[in-house]
Amino acid sequence: MHEMSIAESIIEIAEEYAAKENAKVVTELDLSIGTLAGIEFESLEFALETCKNGTILQNTIINIDKVKAKAKCFDCNLEFEVEHLFDACPHCKSYSTQLLCGKEMQVKSLLVD
Amino acid sequence: MCDTCGCESTGNEIKFTIPGKDTNHTHKHSHEHSHENEMHSHEHTHEHDSHHHHEHLHDHQQPHDNSHGSVGKKVDVGVDILNKNNLLAERNRGYFEAKNIKALNLMSSPGSGKTTLLEKTIKLISKELSVAVIEGDQQTLNDAERIKSAGAPVIQVNTGNGCHLDSNMIYKASKELNLKEDSYLFIENVGNLVCPSLFDLGESARVVIISTTEGEDKPIKYPTMFENAQLCIINKTDLLPYLDFDMERCKQYALQVNNKLEFIELSAKTEEGFVNWLNWLKKL
Repeated sequence: MHEMSIAESIIEIAEEYAAKENAKVVTELDLSIGTLAGIEFESLEFALETCKNGTILQNTIINIDKVKAKAKCFDCNLEFEVEHLFDACPHCKSYSTQLLCGKEMQVKSLLVD
Repeated sequence: MCDTCGCESTGNEIKFTIPGKDTNHTHKHSHEHSHENEMHSHEHTHEHDSHHHHEHLHDHQQPHDNSHGSVGKKVDVGVDILNKNNLLAERNRGYFEAKNIKALNLMSSPGSGKTTLLEKTIKLISKELSVAVIEGDQQTLNDAERIKSAGAPVIQVNTGNGCHLDSNMIYKASKELNLKEDSYLFIENVGNLVCPSLFDLGESARVVIISTTEGEDKPIKYPTMFENAQLCIINKTDLLPYLDFDMERCKQYALQVNNKLEFIELSAKTEEGFVNWLNWLKKL
């Protein structure tokens, strides 16, 4: 259940930036998380709901932009969408591939009042 | 109850214990889990049984009478969620490199034989090489006691309810261990094939261990763990005659996830294949 640690880090980062702005309320929080970041989205949403209680983010709407993972095949250079870390290149079936995106976990922005 | 996240604190204290040493010398930070990546929050010294309830982090509770208009303001953040863990991991890495310490992050399911592997490794190389161990478990000093008996300096990190070690725990545990130059540091992560993979500790290499009793499809069931490992140890080869474990298939699955992964087959119990592991360590 590492999603709880991740949720705590998210709240910490948001609190830090909200404090810098002397914000009274954070109305929205935008996150960007890759589909292969190792995060179970439902668990994260649940953990965030728990973690934001009693903080400046208590009533914040949290939006998660789920970034679809993409990889590039070293053998045929095809770029393709990846569902699992063990997906082969759909064109040449090679496993010699490199992820291009889909592992990111970022706090993108806040909307404060 | 923690004000920050509402979680229960009971049993969630992180404890650092060197077997045989003053057990009161632990870092009892209540709710430490919620601030594990706060570099500033643990460098002041509340180390001896003090309970500071992280008032220092509650910036938002301080009154401020700035008046704002009612129009929302967008604040760009663009910060990696694991940023603090990663920064502290890099700091650990720099420390290890400067002292020429090879730090290995050993990860596996519970029961794959990590501790037995370490006991045998210590027995076979500690005359020649300097070895220290950080043991991660949710509870008990059992593993640290085994490592101590095997003859290596060890510190037990009990994570409470935590499912993984993080870079701040390694930072503190390494300080307590007084690591020698030109040595090896084995970090036995919490037995868990999911969570530890996300947390960089500052290690020189990651080693994932599976055992022949686990089923050859572990690498594709838990791919994240295999993705960033340098070495996969396949333990308990002495049991192969009694099992249907398909060694080649297991490796194929793992290579699908990580095409650079190396493999060593061994039995920590009988020491069959152990020489390959020791040679791998020496080449690091």
